[in-house]
Amino acid sequence: MDALILQALNGLASASSLFLVASGLTVIFGVSRIVNFAHGSLYMLGAYIGWTLVTRFAGDGSAGPLGFWGGVLLAALAVGLIGVAIEVLLLRRLYRAPELFPLLATFGVLLIVQDLALWIWGPQDLLGPRAPGLRGAAELPLLGLRFPRYELFLIVLGPVVLGLLWLLFHRTRFGVLVRAATEDREMVGALGVDQRALFTGVFFLGATLAGLAGALQLPRESVNLHMDLAVIVEAFVVVVVGGLGSLGGAFLAALLIGELHAFGILVFPRITLVLVFLVMAVVLVLRPHGLLGAAPASAAPVASLSPAAPVIRPAPALLRRLGYAALTLAFALPPFLGDYALGVLADLAIFTLFATSLHFLMGPGGMASFGHAAYFGIGAYAAALLAHHLAAPMAAGIALAPIAAGLAGLGFGWFCVRLSGVYSAMLTLAFAQIAWSVAFQWVEVTGGDNGILGVWPDAWARDQLVFTYLVLALCTGAAFLLLRAVHAPFGYALRALRDSEPRAAAIGIPAVLVRWLAFAFAAAMAGIAGALFAYGRGSVFPTLLAIPRSVDALLMVLLGGVQTVTGPIWGALAYAGLSEQLVRATDHWRLVLGLAIVVLVLFFPEGLAGAARRWWEPRMDASSART
Amino acid sequence: MTGEGTAAAAPPLLTVEGLEARYGRARILAGLNLSVAPGEVVVLLGRNGAGKSTTLKAIMGLVPPAAGRVLFEGRDLAGEPPFRIARAGLGYVPEERRIFAGLTVRENIAVGMRPPPAGQSPGWTEERLFALFPSLGALRDRPAGRMSGGEQQMLAIARTLAGNPRLLLLDEPSEGLAPVVVERLAEAVRALRAEGLGVLLSEQNLRFAAAVGDRALILETGAIRWEGALSTVLADEALRARYLAV
Repeated sequence: MDALILQALNGLASASSLFLVASGLTVIFGVSRIVNFAHGSLYMLGAYIGWTLVTRFAGDGSAGPLGFWGGVLLAALAVGLIGVAIEVLLLRRLYRAPELFPLLATFGVLLIVQDLALWIWGPQDLLGPRAPGLRGAAELPLLGLRFPRYELFLIVLGPVVLGLLWLLFHRTRFGVLVRAATEDREMVGALGVDQRALFTGVFFLGATLAGLAGALQLPRESVNLHMDLAVIVEAFVVVVVGGLGSLGGAFLAALLIGELHAFGILVFPRITLVLVFLVMAVVLVLRPHGLLGAAPASAAPVASLSPAAPVIRPAPALLRRLGYAALTLAFALPPFLGDYALGVLADLAIFTLFATSLHFLMGPGGMASFGHAAYFGIGAYAAALLAHHLAAPMAAGIALAPIAAGLAGLGFGWFCVRLSGVYSAMLTLAFAQIAWSVAFQWVEVTGGDNGILGVWPDAWARDQLVFTYLVLALCTGAAFLLLRAVHAPFGYALRALRDSEPRAAAIGIPAVLVRWLAFAFAAAMAGIAGALFAYGRGSVFPTLLAIPRSVDALLMVLLGGVQTVTGPIWGALAYAGLSEQLVRATDHWRLVLGLAIVVLVLFFPEGLAGAARRWWEPRMDASSART
Repeated sequence: MTGEGTAAAAPPLLTVEGLEARYGRARILAGLNLSVAPGEVVVLLGRNGAGKSTTLKAIMGLVPPAAGRVLFEGRDLAGEPPFRIARAGLGYVPEERRIFAGLTVRENIAVGMRPPPAGQSPGWTEERLFALFPSLGALRDRPAGRMSGGEQQMLAIARTLAGNPRLLLLDEPSEGLAPVVVERLAEAVRALRAEGLGVLLSEQNLRFAAAVGDRALILETGAIRWEGALSTVLADEALRARYLAV
């Protein structure tokens, strides 16, 4: 019994920290509609800056001249100012961009901050001091148990912060404006409120809360470079479960997730991660807008400023001929290439298929997936498990991969296509994390972190040249299938649903079924890419299903351009080529890649293919007008 | 076109010249000219899709004008962001009302509240707004989402008035409301006119327009086809059949 109570208290303490992070995230989202991937970085910066402020000036690990609390508060404010800088310099320019662009931009910030933190504070874990006045354990009245004082302090802090935020949002003009802007920010502007000041204020508030949460971790755990991604995924879950933009919901969800962790460790130590995402999936299926979230106001018209997505047309003849020429070149070149270049070519083909499959969802389908790596990874693991446990031939692996990934797509997609917008995208992220944690935690079958080795092609295909041709043929075939589907009646139905679901449904298109099949189809194609990748590498690891891999796919699609059919191909080539060169050329590839993403999002919002087409079409029109 | 001289003596508050607006490639407004004087209620008439709402949105900056000038008290506001246009003294009440459903009546009004510019008196206060719309005063702490359509319409107007505009852009305020509520709205608009406020009203309901309006402009496919006294529109059945009948 005592153990259970202590565990419950531990859960409450974690819940408080989680709430601080998630509250900032949800407030920022509510007003700006930006899913801030860099929120975890702000949390991490809070911890690092706090560590420096608290310890650096003393040197012996005890508190410096600022004292512990002074250092923590100052760190929170410093992070708040960093948040303001991110908003003013970067995000302010993106409020009218499609909703995925700010997300990508903040992911670029995350990469940049990771490298800067590594450069400033080094790779080793840093240990913070204990909080003065809150060392040791206290006797709990009535229960007769001893519990760490600092954890008790955190337990109290969560509700206190919730109360202060409630007062801020209900008793100040700033707060009322924030709530109004959360409902309808265009109307707030039409009433004479300068939204820029409001957004900057909200970012300061959200970033300060994240920084505070990070700095308050100092006495609990070591500061390290993995804090950002670890916390952002959990904070996303809390925000989505609570309902985007809802503070009360975030608090409830933080309690739920905190306790789930605490007791999950006791009951199901092996599947704690799966448990968290399972709860999220269940909540979203039962309450599609989270525990306390409201459905987006239907009265507000869809942003009348954003023009409709351009109609997808077949590429101009000349461009198409160029494309065929490039393809012919890819098939003609291998005999003249060395093994390394052949490997690069095979990888490029695989990434092209991976990106094309995601593009099928995002472009014609209008569904964002933050977790497309799941299907890539499931395809890879299906082939690897078959090879490892049954010594099956490669053909069987390549045949099973799209089936396994497609079935996973049917299973996960059943939930995802029933939700809309950011919720759907978050659910794809959740499912990808579930798949990742299965690969990571189910050590007996998947080998856990050690992965599965020895996944080699059959003897006939072991020669790099043969294997490369196999990859080229399969990827080209699968990619053509995807491109063909865009211009088939199925693709028309999908695009009709994207442009107007009510109208498409009114002419008899079964919305859920079409989206569901599209989801599974895209997943199956990603599975083929994954299997080929596994055979090319000879091994699989959980990182194949991890968030960065999903972001890779997103970047390739957006780099190429969502609204052009061949965009993902150019995006995959550019991105895979760039990152390959970066990793080899510099230790600071995250920094460079992050900056590249930021530049891309700011200056090429329609992607490479979109920019090329914009450059191309007036000239084509002019020349056809002359003839 | 017939000229009408009722309010022409005062210099106009708002003068719109050659206003154009587009959604993508479609041109919705094709070079619109109009003016509104202080204490004048100008009614925009026209069928659905004629461009009435877009005219108001383009003036307010919610649809960026593709060409033309929006002169308010002599200053060109075309191309400015909506919050600056609002601060210059224009108030916009959208057709969908767009009240903040999760905020109370008082909080909705607080969002719009801005002190009157120096020299203009007296500014709108909560008390004065509740005097104009007594039913709002009784509901002051209720979430706005839990009010009737008529109450929401009054709140939308009160919220905009709280910013002390000198010109009100009203988009189909009587739509979907019970006749008795429409009557009360008309009273309120007449009271505002008496205070010297200029009103540009988009309306399909001729009864409501007749109860408050001075001058009428008839829009068709984004251009003004007829301009004159509202009384003429009411009297001339052929005119109505040509431009307004469905």
